[in-house]
Amino acid sequence: MSNFLDKSDLNRKDVDNIVSDTLKNCDDGELYLEDTKSESILLDDNKIKSSNYSSDLGFGFRAISNEVVAYSHSNEISKESLRNSSQNLKSTLKSSKGTYNHEIPKTNNKFYEDINPIEQKSLDSKLEVLNKVNDYLRKKDSSVKQVTASFSGEQKSIEIIRSGGEALTDVRPLIRFNVSVMLEKNGRKETGVYGIGGRQSYDEYLKNDNWKNVCEEALRIASVNLDSKPAPAGEMKVVLGPGWPAILIHEAIGHGLEGDFNRKKTSAFHNLMGQKVASEGVTIVDDGTIGKRRGSLTIDDEGTPTEKTVLIENGILKNFMQDRLNARLMNTKSTGSGRRENYKHIVLPRMRNTMMMSGQHTQDEMIKSVDRGIFAVSFGGGQVDITSGKFVFNCTEAYEINNGKIGSPIKGATLIGDGPSILKEVSMVGNDMMMDPGIGTCGKAGQGVPVGVAQPSILIDKMTVGGTKL
Amino acid sequence: MIKDQEYLKSKASYCLDLAKKLGATDASVTVGNSISETVNFRNKALDESNRSDSLAISIQTFVGKKKSSISSSNLLDENLKTLIEKCIETTKITPEDKFNSLPDQDLLAKEIQELDLYDETHLDNDKKIDYLRELEDTASKDEKIINTESSFSENRGNFILANSDGFCNGYKSSSFTASCVTVAKDENSMERDYEFTSRCHLNDIIKPKNLGNIAAEQTIKKLSPKKIGSDKISLIFDKRIAKGLLSSFASAISSSAIARGTSFLKDKIDQQIFSDTINIFDKPDLVKGLGSQYFDSEGVKSETLKLVENGFLREYLVDTYNGKKLELKSNGRSGGSTNLYLENGKMSFEELLKINSKNLYITETIGHGTNLVTGDYSVGATGFLIENGEFKYPVNEITIAGNFNDMFKNITLANDLEFKYSVNSPTIMIEGMTVAGK
Repeated sequence: MSNFLDKSDLNRKDVDNIVSDTLKNCDDGELYLEDTKSESILLDDNKIKSSNYSSDLGFGFRAISNEVVAYSHSNEISKESLRNSSQNLKSTLKSSKGTYNHEIPKTNNKFYEDINPIEQKSLDSKLEVLNKVNDYLRKKDSSVKQVTASFSGEQKSIEIIRSGGEALTDVRPLIRFNVSVMLEKNGRKETGVYGIGGRQSYDEYLKNDNWKNVCEEALRIASVNLDSKPAPAGEMKVVLGPGWPAILIHEAIGHGLEGDFNRKKTSAFHNLMGQKVASEGVTIVDDGTIGKRRGSLTIDDEGTPTEKTVLIENGILKNFMQDRLNARLMNTKSTGSGRRENYKHIVLPRMRNTMMMSGQHTQDEMIKSVDRGIFAVSFGGGQVDITSGKFVFNCTEAYEINNGKIGSPIKGATLIGDGPSILKEVSMVGNDMMMDPGIGTCGKAGQGVPVGVAQPSILIDKMTVGGTKL
Repeated sequence: MIKDQEYLKSKASYCLDLAKKLGATDASVTVGNSISETVNFRNKALDESNRSDSLAISIQTFVGKKKSSISSSNLLDENLKTLIEKCIETTKITPEDKFNSLPDQDLLAKEIQELDLYDETHLDNDKKIDYLRELEDTASKDEKIINTESSFSENRGNFILANSDGFCNGYKSSSFTASCVTVAKDENSMERDYEFTSRCHLNDIIKPKNLGNIAAEQTIKKLSPKKIGSDKISLIFDKRIAKGLLSSFASAISSSAIARGTSFLKDKIDQQIFSDTINIFDKPDLVKGLGSQYFDSEGVKSETLKLVENGFLREYLVDTYNGKKLELKSNGRSGGSTNLYLENGKMSFEELLKINSKNLYITETIGHGTNLVTGDYSVGATGFLIENGEFKYPVNEITIAGNFNDMFKNITLANDLEFKYSVNSPTIMIEGMTVAGK
């Protein structure tokens, strides 16, 4: 655990006094301290292209009065700097007449260990794995023209100091291992990317030569795409594979169920609570409590323990995801969803691990039922317009379905749909729920946070596929 | 107060000296401070104020042809010493790469021409609030507007770049940005749109009334959209979307993509890649330009480049490392393009709309459907159907798709270029792309 006041001219009592004094007429707020050590090591074009180590320390001071948030952050942890921030907050909220809400739930749960993954594996052995990846892929297939492999790891220690001196701490490890391969054959180039990660040491993910599986998967995706044909254009049936394709749920439904957009009534879902928003059999949760997953957190960035929040139960909209601010203004409780990228950013309600639960059907049944459509197995990124509800995501591995059979692979195409109605088009939910491999980062208001997704195979009766072939 | 050049220089030289002492054969340091103050409004009331004061240092050390780097926000000498020790240790066990080096000395920037990138005006938060109040009063006039969010941000920065070959230079810059996002609603739909303004100098930003008006008008126009059928149809890209296509072009000609072989424009130098009326420039020395720079992020001088001449690709955007790999000299584009723009076409906006009897006018795209390896492009879009030069109705939930190789050769430009962003384009028409809808 970091001692944030070490080497500063502040002692604990000074800090408590400044925090309590600044927040005395406010409804909520806290001092958030953060110390992050991170590394990234990249092999590219047959060489170790970069190795970067970074150490970032800073605080973010937040005061809330009714719905107004005042925020000030700095990376100088000193008496002067903290007083300047305090002054800045007070001047914004000079007429505040709030009553501080001291209530914050406690937890003894921990969803990951206090480790520093960077120190747990020597640089030499990381370089060795990256070089093995490069050699393995280039030997395996002569059409491999480019290999990129990377490790990134971090340890983030946080401390939240609330008015009255209450302090909450967390130490969060996070790693990611990624392989990207480009193939060239008969003048065509295609890329395949695969990665794994989560909140454990590198070696947990690399045991039994697991790096080879990552290479094989990247290579498989690239090879499939070398034979891809132009994708069809227009409305058709879509079968989504299990696991990572759940970013559809994340984009189509997840963002629209975040508390802030619903308090502000800018989400297409804001007036649908308690109503049917999905087909029967569709249940979606957002869960921050799954051990060692990328989207899991012991406490959120306001100190609230995370939980498993049921968003949609058997087709009915049950809950939004809340941070403290939006929960208070909507007369409900925080769901432990208050997150920020780092101390430079304000807290927003965000997703953790968003999952659609298993149903009864098999993937085979779904494919057999489709006359003309596509089978989408893997995706790149997605995006949503919260207000109109329209969302997109990009296929990185997909196939035609003709007369109940999987046909040729098709080129990367964007799929577009309407969030509030897409889940009503789900006609089969598979029995094969799977988590993603631990690679997701969600962007909102310029802040990126690690998230997870999961789903079984699903059949969507109608979606627009953005190919070029009419 | 923003840290002055003397303070930043003292930190930079402390690091360079220490790196040399600890065994680095070469080193470079960037140290910078940025301060920003932002006020957000929502529905005509204060929503958020945010002050940010950031210090950052990044250090690259070389031991012969080995290289490694560190970065930190903690500028205490003791912390820097620990990090530099770690960096050099790492450098020593990192494999050699013969292309690693500081930039060639003769390419480093020497003379510096004043570009007026810093406005020292400070606007109190109360004044920012006045601006936003006027903006939102205008934006919310129409009863169809049900939500307004706006923001005013004042940013200033100062930095020093120093390397062990004696380069040591830096400068201050500022920007003032205001934005407005509005939500409109009618019996059929709820829609969102926006407008923003960003300039180096406070006096150059758009007046609050204009900003609010534009945002509201654009949003109301989008209400009650229709989905159209799948078709090949001529597309017209609004300037704010056209600039994204130009940015994709810039990414595809970056020397790193070319050297790695992962760009669809590899080996296309001196070949025709655009229609023959197209000229593309990158101009780093635009006075008050949002993308202007006195030198690139390695200290290399940068001059105006004619990247595309009558449709022919003439230059890549080259940095030192990838330049050495490609046997090219750095042209001062280590940080990418500067003020990138497409030269004006011959016809007016109105004439462009009338070339074809039916067009789809694109005002927003969503998704990350740009593949620079293959040039394939497929994104979600919203816009308007235009018939015989007239806006008919809004369109959404469609995708547009094509391949840059074909798209670039089918571009026709209007003559309405403005320097509003760091990447700028006149309105663009592209024929032959596929729209997927119903």
